[in-house]
Amino acid sequence: MKKEQQIDLYHQMVLIRRLEERGAELYQQGKIGGFMHLYIGQEAVSTGLIAAREPRDRVITAYRDHGVALNCGIPANEIMAELLGKSTGMSKGKGGSMHMADTSKNMWGGHAIVGGHLPIASGFAIGDQYAGNDNITICMFGEGATNIGYFHEALNIAKTWGLRVLWVCENNQYGMGTTVERASAISEIHLKAEAYGMKNSRVDGMDVMKVYDAAKEALDYVRKNSQPYLLEITTYRFRGHSMGDPERYRKQEEVKKWEESDPIGIFRKQLIEKKTATAKALDEIDTQAEEEIVKAVEFAEASPEPAMEDLFKNIYADTE
Amino acid sequence: MPKITIREAISQALMEEMDRDPKVFIMGEEVGVWGGAYAVTKGFYDKYGAARIKDTPIAENAIIGGAIGAAMVGQRPVAELMTINFGFSAMDYIVNQAPKLHYMFGGQFTLPLVIRAVGGGGRQLGATHSQTPDAIFAHFPGLKVVSPGTPEDAKGLLKSAIRSNDPVLFLEHATMYQVRGEVPEGDFTIPIGKSKVQREGKDVTIVTYCKGLELSMKAAEDLSKEGIEVEVVDLRTLRPLDMEPVIESFKKTNRAVVVEEGWKSYGVGSEIVSRIYEEAFDYVDAPIIRVAQKEVPLPYNRTLEQAALPQVADIVAAVKEVLK
Ligand SMILES: Cc1ncc(C[n+]2csc(CCOP(=O)(O)OP(=O)(O)O)c2C)c(N)n1
Ligand SMILES: [Mg+2]
Repeated sequence: MKKEQQIDLYHQMVLIRRLEERGAELYQQGKIGGFMHLYIGQEAVSTGLIAAREPRDRVITAYRDHGVALNCGIPANEIMAELLGKSTGMSKGKGGSMHMADTSKNMWGGHAIVGGHLPIASGFAIGDQYAGNDNITICMFGEGATNIGYFHEALNIAKTWGLRVLWVCENNQYGMGTTVERASAISEIHLKAEAYGMKNSRVDGMDVMKVYDAAKEALDYVRKNSQPYLLEITTYRFRGHSMGDPERYRKQEEVKKWEESDPIGIFRKQLIEKKTATAKALDEIDTQAEEEIVKAVEFAEASPEPAMEDLFKNIYADTE
Repeated sequence: MPKITIREAISQALMEEMDRDPKVFIMGEEVGVWGGAYAVTKGFYDKYGAARIKDTPIAENAIIGGAIGAAMVGQRPVAELMTINFGFSAMDYIVNQAPKLHYMFGGQFTLPLVIRAVGGGGRQLGATHSQTPDAIFAHFPGLKVVSPGTPEDAKGLLKSAIRSNDPVLFLEHATMYQVRGEVPEGDFTIPIGKSKVQREGKDVTIVTYCKGLELSMKAAEDLSKEGIEVEVVDLRTLRPLDMEPVIESFKKTNRAVVVEEGWKSYGVGSEIVSRIYEEAFDYVDAPIIRVAQKEVPLPYNRTLEQAALPQVADIVAAVKEVLK
């Protein structure tokens, strides 16, 4: 990968981190409501993955979607505005944290019913197959979502019909407070694809370059063979499941241990060791990301609330 | 009598029934180690252990289908849906299996099963996580649908639900767990299928339940200051529906407002209003008004969400309207 692109990936990861940290503060101040799930610790997953897609490839994910939205090219301003429920948010303040989509960026949403978006991802691929193009749908979900029927129905139809879907399981070890082992018959999630005769693999999600390479390979396979693929990316969330999670189910030592493999720290070290960038250059990127998020908050706070008549807008597409 | 919250009342009911009957166990997402997504089963896992407090995978069909099966072979499971919105993922089991199996097989087996689920809007959770879809569940004969609005009713009705030999859907409200009220000490039950007058008055009858009760009691206070005395009838159970206290009250006041949090169209209010017209038409002095949610999927934005939900002021205005 070119030097500039690597540095851009670093920038994206730091930007996600800062966005999430500021988001958490605003939540605590009561400016953000509802459920908010942070991506801190998982930045390398969507950053490496989305970098490997063609712009024509569609992305769909679950409610832990701020990072994915940024990686897909949705401006931080709009993400922050949506978090604050403003009319300038990409979902016009109606969706909130869990429902960020911008179809012009081929980001088809955060979806909050666990597993519910998997059959929809198959549907995107059915639509694209019908249209006769070779677009790929990249469908991201947690390991907890692989225990619900939706997952199995979606994978089965994808393999049976030869649909171009890259299924991406972000295995962050927990579904809320339940470990993989307590909820899933097997903890190597990618092996579930074997039941459907589907190609699959597993990659370390704390290393953005490894994620990128694995995603590239999987996407190539899907595009060439017109077959789905299940890629499991192992990772860990450093914060609670959502804001206000008392985290009684795990020990702080465990979190500390994982924090040693902070994806941003790992990538930073790699970039410096390989002389792709100097520490100073990376520090500048850190500062720049910080400023971008400060501006995004300013933009969001200054943005107008949706108008009262917006309540009744977009209930139906037919206006008459 | 001690004053406790609805959360405590539900928690007590579950514990007391588990202590009373070893056949009772709980299964659902995050009910154990986490202590319940709404902290209702906090401490249960330590007290009863993993065999009686079952943390399930995220698999609503496995939860409700599993609870149905366990009930059919003689256990008394209390299945928890983290929210009623996730119940849609198990709709077949809730409305197409549980209410039918006893009847369709000529009563050969029973389904002593409780499905606890929290619902309701007002927490900025967005359209898929904020619903009050009570009416659609109440549509199905064979299912009992209970939705209390006070701690006393929550405790007494949940105990009855657990002791019932039929499937009971027990609907709680996400913004009401901290509501406090007096609850009798010791073992008591409140029968399923009995409405109750929660406040007496002579001018207008308000028919409501659950969140609507909380709002209506506040509206009643406000109206009382203006010299208007409303009678508040709390349905408590949506199916089987007890119209007797409603009709009795209506015959006294001749005017009614029906309050619910769900959407107005095809809602609980639609049923209540028709039943009043069917059973007490001669007593009608003014068209009955329904106060309910605006006909939109609930938005995230707080101001818009509140504008879509029924408010105390809407009830006050409706009462004045039927008095005109
Ligand atoms: C059908 C359904 N059931 C339950 C929930 C509540 N819920 C939201 S997130 C979650 C855990 C999901 O875990 P996982 O899929 O591993 O994703 P992660 O949060 O770890 O990213 C649960 C149980 C839901 N949103 N939808
Ligand atoms: Mg997970």
